[in-house]
Amino acid sequence: MITDTSPLRNPTLSTSARTFIQHRSLLFKSIRTGWFLLLAAFIASCQPSSSSTDTPPPSEESAIIENKGSDTLVNLALAWAEAYRRLAPDVRISVTGGGTGTGIAAMINGTVHIANASREMKAEEKTAAQANGINPVEFTVARDAIVVVVNPRNPVNQLTLQNISDIYTGKITNWNSVGGEDRPIVLLSRESNSGTYVYFLERVIRMNQKKSDLLFSPETLLMPSSEGISSEVRQNPNAIGYDGLGYVTADMKTIAVAKDHSGPHVLPAIATVNDGSYLISRSLYMYTAGQPSGKTAEFMNWILTDGQALVIKLGFVPIVK
Amino acid sequence: MLNNKSSAPKSISSFEFAIEAIIRVLGFSTIGFVLLIFLFLLKEGVPFFYKTDLINIFGTRWYPTFDLFGTLPLILGSVAITVVAVIMALPMGVATAVFIREIAPGWVREILKPMIETLAGIPSVVIGFFGMTVIAPMVRETLGVATGLTIFTGAVTLAYMALPTMISVAEDALDTVPKNYRDAALAMGATKWQTIRHVVLPAARSGISMAVMLGMGRAIGETMTVMMVTGNAARMPLGLDALFKPIRTMTATIAAEMGEVAGGSIHYHALFGIGIVLFVLTFFINLAAARAIFQKRRKGGLR
Repeated sequence: MITDTSPLRNPTLSTSARTFIQHRSLLFKSIRTGWFLLLAAFIASCQPSSSSTDTPPPSEESAIIENKGSDTLVNLALAWAEAYRRLAPDVRISVTGGGTGTGIAAMINGTVHIANASREMKAEEKTAAQANGINPVEFTVARDAIVVVVNPRNPVNQLTLQNISDIYTGKITNWNSVGGEDRPIVLLSRESNSGTYVYFLERVIRMNQKKSDLLFSPETLLMPSSEGISSEVRQNPNAIGYDGLGYVTADMKTIAVAKDHSGPHVLPAIATVNDGSYLISRSLYMYTAGQPSGKTAEFMNWILTDGQALVIKLGFVPIVK
Repeated sequence: MLNNKSSAPKSISSFEFAIEAIIRVLGFSTIGFVLLIFLFLLKEGVPFFYKTDLINIFGTRWYPTFDLFGTLPLILGSVAITVVAVIMALPMGVATAVFIREIAPGWVREILKPMIETLAGIPSVVIGFFGMTVIAPMVRETLGVATGLTIFTGAVTLAYMALPTMISVAEDALDTVPKNYRDAALAMGATKWQTIRHVVLPAARSGISMAVMLGMGRAIGETMTVMMVTGNAARMPLGLDALFKPIRTMTATIAAEMGEVAGGSIHYHALFGIGIVLFVLTFFINLAAARAIFQKRRKGGLR
């Protein structure tokens, strides 16, 4: 910005004295610009806190839709944003990850229009939203199956929910207890702040029992990203991991899951998730601050109808009407 | 400029005064910043210590989602990985410093020194990625352990990162040993190795212990690398076999969990509480390093 208009670029200036003067003026100019920017940043940083009470949530008639939250949903949300931009070029949608909690907090604080969530809003989050004058509205936008993965060299193909629970609580520590080779089991999990972690704990380890106080074994490796899990599963034949169906690649082996030994072992697939026979699946949500209107409402409508075609492409499961 | 000749001295002196004042303020502001950071840490971290009962704080289970805040595995994890890293880095660092200062011919030294400085400039995430994709599988396959994401792997990468600091500080320490000492030893008929082993190294002892302290400070504060290669399992590192098992450090815990913690919750204060523990630990390490410098000065850099 400064250098474009700078006299230093002028080829007619040649003497060192003049250059020096130009330098100084440039320096002062940039200092002044710096102060100005600083001031502007300061004013901008003051803005949200002062305006959050008297202006309505930013969703109304705005051509920019801010969308933030679950890392599980982020790829899908990006695909939706890109496809929707081709349909409605005047609407700009920005998508960020960071986790369900982050997204919901941002929606409560009024900094985003849509929060992506891989779990339902907690009661305390709802109260916090209401305290801020925001009435969150829930949309179920897709379904997700949590897939248990192992290394392709591991001969184990199927496990019961009880098996997986015992493995992750540290009761079973060798693959030969579940029909595999004599190898130690290395447990992989997402970080404890991930929505997937909480869901896996409640649905699989505690097997939906509210009173259960089972926890992940302290030996569990908490990986900071989905990529951390897949890279370890790919190269370590001892490893067992879990992640969203959307993140499973062909070089990992998915495990067929059964309720108990008598029950059928079901592989995760779109059909088995939709008919409910694959046990470890959940809904994915988007929350808007209040009933959406204008562009946001159009966008949400599109997601729930035509947008569902993209869900399959990204390895998630579309909602059944 | 030439027209202002008469008024020049006055404006120069006031100019210099302004520059000096700015430099002075900047110099003292460092102290202010450290104090402010410490106050902020205290303000955010101290509530953890009175809002949570001590049995929980010094427990062995770190499950912040379920209000279990046992910090012991994290503290021991950081300490274990730092100690192992320093044990690995110390012989290599001192040997390299001895080689550069005492043995290597001039041109080798000219090549080695900038190379070591380059080593210091490699971003930790790059080393972490290298550790995750190359060292960890290697450790698992050659040592036959369950997973390659272990204390050992983390310590190898940390040792690598602490080396440049240790080498240059140890080298400075060797540099301060007077030439007379070496001459005297050689004149007494000592070989080069005997001179290094029995005269130069003992004389540089305090400088070398400072190198250890600074390397330690580097290792205990490292975050990205340990988060990528140590597996982040909050288990107690007890027994020798723990060396080849995963661990979770204080730094990795703060980095991994701070992003999504609800502001003002106990978990949030707990992370700052861990920050205080880390601050105190590094403070004592730096204090020990400063003491080593002080002793060296007092004894004239000889012993």
